[in-house]
Amino acid sequence: MIHSLFLINHTGDIILEKHWKSVIGRSVCDYFFEAKEKAVDPEDVPPVLQTPHHYLISIYKGKLFFLSVIQTEVPPLFVIEFLHRVADTIQDYFGECSEGVIKDNVVTVYELLEEMLDNGFPLATESNVLKEMIRPPTILRSVVNTLTGTPVFAEIQGVIEACVRLTGMPDLTLSFMNPRLLDDVSFHPCVRFKRWESEHVLSFIPPDGNFTLMNYHSRGHPVYVKQSISFFETGPSGRLDITIGPKQTMGKTVESLKVTIHMPKTVLNANLTASQGNYTYDLATKVLVWDIGKLNTQKLPNLRGSLSTQVGAPKPEDNPTLNIDLKIQQMAISGLKVSRLDMYGEKYKPFKGVKYLTKAGKFQVRT
Amino acid sequence: MTTMQRLLQLPVNAVNIVKTVQSQVQGQEEDKSPVLTPDNAQHSWYSALQPDELRHLRSGGSGGGGGGGDHEERAPLEDGSGGGSFQSQPLRHDDLKEMLDSNKDSLKLEAMKRIVAMIARGKNASDLFPAVVKNVACKNIEVKKLVYVYLVRYAEEQQDLALLSISTFQRGLKDPNQLIRASALRVLSSIRVTIIVPIMMLAIKEAASDMSPYVRKTAAHAIPKLYSLDPEQKDQLIEVIEKLLADKTTLVAGSVVMAFEEVCPERIDLIHKNYRKLCNLLIDVEEWGQVVIINMLTRYARTQFLNPNMNESLLEEGSGGDKTFYGSDEDEDDDEEEKDKKEEAHAMAKRKPYVMDPDHRLLLRNTKPLLQSRNAAVVMAVAQLYFHLAPKAEVGVIAKALVRLLRSHSEVQYVVLQNVATMTIKRRGMFEPYLKSFYIRSTDPTQIKVLKLEVLTNLANETNISTILREFQTYIKSMDKDFVAATIQAIGRCATNIGEVRDTCLNGLVQLLSNRDELVVAESVVVIKKLLQMQPEKHSDIIKHMAKLTDNIQVPMARASILWLIGEYCEHVPKIAPDVLRKMAKSFTNEEDIVKLQIINLAAKLYLTNSKQTKLLTQYVLNLAKYDQNYDIRDRARFIRQLIVPTEKSGALSKYAKKLFLALKPAPVLESPFKDRDHFQLGSLSHLLNAKAGGYQELPDWPEAAPDPSVRNVEVPEWTKCSSREKRKEKKVEKPFYSDSEGESGPTESADSESDSASGSESGSGSEESGSGSESEESEEGSESEEEEEEEDEDEKDKKKKKKQELKKPVQESESEQSSEEERKHQRKMKQCKSDTESESEEEDSESESSHSESEDSESEVEVKKKKKAAESKPPSKPVKKESKKEKKEMSLLDLDDFEPTPSPQVTPVNTFLSNSLVTDLEGLSLSDAVLSPATIAPSSALKSYELLHRITGEGLSVEYCFSRQPFSPDANMVAVQMQFTNNATSETKNLHMEDVKLQSGMRVKEFPEIELLPAGETATAVMGIDFCDSTQAANFQLCTHTRKFFVSIQPPVGELMRPVFLTENEFKKEQGQLMGMNEITEKLTLDVKCRNEHAIVQRVTTAANLSRVPCGSDKECRFAGRTVNSSSLVLVTVATKEEGAAQLTVNCEKMVIGTMLVKDILLALTQ
Repeated sequence: MIHSLFLINHTGDIILEKHWKSVIGRSVCDYFFEAKEKAVDPEDVPPVLQTPHHYLISIYKGKLFFLSVIQTEVPPLFVIEFLHRVADTIQDYFGECSEGVIKDNVVTVYELLEEMLDNGFPLATESNVLKEMIRPPTILRSVVNTLTGTPVFAEIQGVIEACVRLTGMPDLTLSFMNPRLLDDVSFHPCVRFKRWESEHVLSFIPPDGNFTLMNYHSRGHPVYVKQSISFFETGPSGRLDITIGPKQTMGKTVESLKVTIHMPKTVLNANLTASQGNYTYDLATKVLVWDIGKLNTQKLPNLRGSLSTQVGAPKPEDNPTLNIDLKIQQMAISGLKVSRLDMYGEKYKPFKGVKYLTKAGKFQVRT
Repeated sequence: MTTMQRLLQLPVNAVNIVKTVQSQVQGQEEDKSPVLTPDNAQHSWYSALQPDELRHLRSGGSGGGGGGGDHEERAPLEDGSGGGSFQSQPLRHDDLKEMLDSNKDSLKLEAMKRIVAMIARGKNASDLFPAVVKNVACKNIEVKKLVYVYLVRYAEEQQDLALLSISTFQRGLKDPNQLIRASALRVLSSIRVTIIVPIMMLAIKEAASDMSPYVRKTAAHAIPKLYSLDPEQKDQLIEVIEKLLADKTTLVAGSVVMAFEEVCPERIDLIHKNYRKLCNLLIDVEEWGQVVIINMLTRYARTQFLNPNMNESLLEEGSGGDKTFYGSDEDEDDDEEEKDKKEEAHAMAKRKPYVMDPDHRLLLRNTKPLLQSRNAAVVMAVAQLYFHLAPKAEVGVIAKALVRLLRSHSEVQYVVLQNVATMTIKRRGMFEPYLKSFYIRSTDPTQIKVLKLEVLTNLANETNISTILREFQTYIKSMDKDFVAATIQAIGRCATNIGEVRDTCLNGLVQLLSNRDELVVAESVVVIKKLLQMQPEKHSDIIKHMAKLTDNIQVPMARASILWLIGEYCEHVPKIAPDVLRKMAKSFTNEEDIVKLQIINLAAKLYLTNSKQTKLLTQYVLNLAKYDQNYDIRDRARFIRQLIVPTEKSGALSKYAKKLFLALKPAPVLESPFKDRDHFQLGSLSHLLNAKAGGYQELPDWPEAAPDPSVRNVEVPEWTKCSSREKRKEKKVEKPFYSDSEGESGPTESADSESDSASGSESGSGSEESGSGSESEESEEGSESEEEEEEEDEDEKDKKKKKKQELKKPVQESESEQSSEEERKHQRKMKQCKSDTESESEEEDSESESSHSESEDSESEVEVKKKKKAAESKPPSKPVKKESKKEKKEMSLLDLDDFEPTPSPQVTPVNTFLSNSLVTDLEGLSLSDAVLSPATIAPSSALKSYELLHRITGEGLSVEYCFSRQPFSPDANMVAVQMQFTNNATSETKNLHMEDVKLQSGMRVKEFPEIELLPAGETATAVMGIDFCDSTQAANFQLCTHTRKFFVSIQPPVGELMRPVFLTENEFKKEQGQLMGMNEITEKLTLDVKCRNEHAIVQRVTTAANLSRVPCGSDKECRFAGRTVNSSSLVLVTVATKEEGAAQLTVNCEKMVIGTMLVKDILLALTQ
């Protein structure tokens, strides 16, 4: 299945190589470098490449390319999913997945890779199996919501991340106040599908350590945006006016609110006043960043003023899109609430805790 | 030894020494060796020579570009002689060797770490082989692990030395600790040394019967390794595979199937006996194993079961399944198709009713929950399984899961979108409800954008095309020009596929011709050219417009396209064409080659049609071409001159020149690149590349007749002597052989399995066992015991079957299967098992439910019905039929909770309790118990009635319907259809009702109340409601009497899809002002002679469409207004009359398709 793996950094240096069958020379990566040259953005490199004798399947994560070499038919998702699992494992072990960390721990990473695949077929990919370590019994869960979408299409993407430190074989049941909110879910393999289908509770025997128990998504979004950006047909200027207000936040404050706008290339400068927070306009990248901070519900934050465009240049064709970042503590925007967590199968009393958090992933507003 | 000392022994090659030392310095620095820290002065001295300089010295030119370390890796490649090349630098690793030879484990460990770090960076460490291999027997487990890592990497290069380590592994294979046994086998099998093949074979065979499942798993992994080393061993390996396939633990299942796929994928017969077991274990196998097993079972099922869509696929072939891609064609074909369907269905019913093999059902059922897996590869595997194996009605469930994957990493999106693109061509309806999920975000990478565009284009149909086109319009503004070009292509494809919007698209594209960006213009020209080819006569003005563009546009492809168009249709633009040629002749020498070729073409065509004006010009162009630098152009010029210019010598061909050049050329077909890709198994690499990858296993076609299903029956192995405890458990849990109640028993079961494992054989395997090992074993134990029960069950069943077979003869396998199942059902009832009524109802959805259906729900249901029809006399009806109906009603009640009034019912209730086929059945039914029944309206003479069922085909029963134009009170979004039933037969007809409604997604039907009795010669009327979703697609259903079923379909004229609204003149003008541009369609017409007064016009328009008149000040204009029934989009119609019957018809409607169709209908009404 997976023949070899090369870890390649941003500049195109191979920082680690691992072969699970006979060795394949580094020159196979040249095809990849060629494709990388062509792509404007690292994201644009095709994940699957065909070379005369091999197939190259790669992912881009943490400013690193994980490039695997394949010789025979294998489902591409199988490889991609595995490569992400490798990256996640490195992240799990060392706190981050970056070139520096891998270089510092090259032996451990190599050993991990040796364990994860045998003859190119996954052997052990669970972090707890790989770690085999025991810690005092504590349990902490956090509900993190990631939010994506545009007003055209808004949805909430959420995950329940679990951190379990329990001895023995505890059998846990997690129930929700409002499981109907969950639209579409996917589970960690430890969760029993049938219980979820019949009772809408999560029943599972957890592995040790941090893992993602469940992914879900539902609908809604926490802020609204009133915006107008216009460029005048004549004269080198335009006008911008943006107001942001709260929506379904249930009394919780929206924090770390930040608006990022990629302006058209012809916009030379922005002369704006912000009622709250401050803004910066990067002349080189044409990115306007408005850092608002906490959302004041009494006096809604507003940013207005004029934009000066290049003289003589035609009016930009399309209005820029707004990207919004935000965070809401102690609330899951999906409205999901954990009702209770029960443990069976072990005698001791576990420590339990829940943390809710909302943060924007890709919140994009078309203007 | 110090660094200085080392430097004194200078090797020959100066470059090498610098690098050697440097690499050591690097290594030391990075590993922070406590033993050998080089002094700083040295270090900085060497680092003065940095990789940049070294790069020049490198011999090979490949593009890695790393540090100096690269060179060493390349060295053996150049020399090709393995170890020999390193003798020139014998000293490099002396320090490491020393450390490895020392007695301290800490030093050894340190050395090994540095060596492994070298391997990881791709540096050569092969010269250390002898020093390392000595440590293979080291007691320290950490050191040992690293030595193994080293061995696996270099054994192939140092075969002789590697043999030294073999005895250690052989000892390891006998170790009492399972982990040591497993790792010894793992390393032994990973050493690619041909001499030890017999040893490996022996080790694998032994490990395959090891009592530890972990060791057995390792044995399974070793099989493909040995096979790749020595394919001669295949037969022996197959024996091992066969043995391991019979293994009952989840741990082994995935690995052995993987081995099977690599070694002997053609030996499908090995799977038979293990098929049911694999299906049942599947959910507990680790994720990677699941993927492999599912892919293999997909292939297996294709060889063993019958096509569940047998009937439909025949139909598809009959009426050109893939051709009916868009509405207009479908409409035409509909009647025919109906007839076909009817005949086919009857024929089919007589020949062999399709019954799904229970094993086929088992596979579908057991894979379905895996759609919820967190692993994208598993989800994709299940999705492709459903796509390739499931009945059409059930495939829909995978759409949601696949859409979920679109929120994952961009690489995952890339692969999933490719597969979705293929699926949307075959099963468009499946993804239609998720249209918005494929909208493009500005932050998507270009490759994702293009794929999403592909999917959107595939999903376009006449109902959603206006939304999609609006979305495309925003994309055109994107800064990403590649993407804009792709969008324009997509618009072109939509226009060719959906006839209704062709003109709209064309207009839109023509507008783009004045875009600032030249690339946009060029792309538009190319697409317009293709579109115009379909109906050139209508669009001479566009051709003129494009002719003007030749002055400005510079992109060669676009210029060439314009020239070709003008040449091809020069008859439509007789005045402009010669002028264009004149201009082109002027600039000929500066044009690109493709443009030059087209200029020659244009000249030739004009010469043939209009030689008077263009003779000289053509001569001039041909002369220029004669001396062109490009030989293609010279060739073409010579060839054309011979053909068109008549000379004495010119042959017979020149007579036919006109025919040659101006032959009617077929319009190009704009096809999806994903068409027909589904002959590759979806989700595979081959599918993604659209080319067969090495080792790809073809997905076989369905067999004509099902192979013997009994091959999957399993005899009871002797060792399953069931303990009393197991018997007890069996009674308690009660599983049919394909039960899926793993999760239901929950904690109790796991407790059981725990105690089980404690008493089991496995406990003896040493204290060193890792947590992980024991965990997986336990789960495996659990499933093992279940497995045994299953076998028990099957055993019983087998016995029964044998009895039966003695009595009867081996009738039909499926039948006996069913009957035995029934018996089991019976047993279960006797034992009063409460646990799984739900899953039971799910299981038995395909069979006729005989006894359960008499629930309270259905009783109350009957009562409601009684009330409703109190007035009517109730004729007795057959109990059997009643019952089956009740059952359905009951289900529909269940369903009502989840029913949302969104226009996409096909997806909203992806209710896991109901199988999907039922859901589709229920769509119609679920509404039928609303108490309100619409009042019947006397048919007015003004309404046109259509025939639904002819007296002869209906065997005496004739049905007509008309659109009553009354609001349909139960649901405002529905169009009321009034049906008139006449019984012309001599006997009475009973139980007139409808069934089996087949609709396009989004459409809904409210059935008419059942007519209990229609005596001979009588007539009855009933009203039903249909939500056509503002499309003219037909609603197909079966009209049932107590004896017969008739396939019928109702298709609305577009005028019936609206209801009148009252507007004042001002309102009308205001609304009209907002529906300009693409939403406005204007046609000139000449009114029919009889229809030249206002009254007649009003009458004809209102007959053609359900609109109301808007008061108007001018008597030259008649205005009408309405709203579409479903989406309440305004429809505004204006007929402006001029003298002598000339008139202009304007329709403004947000829905472009409706607008276009309405224009046609009204035009027809006014001109005839």
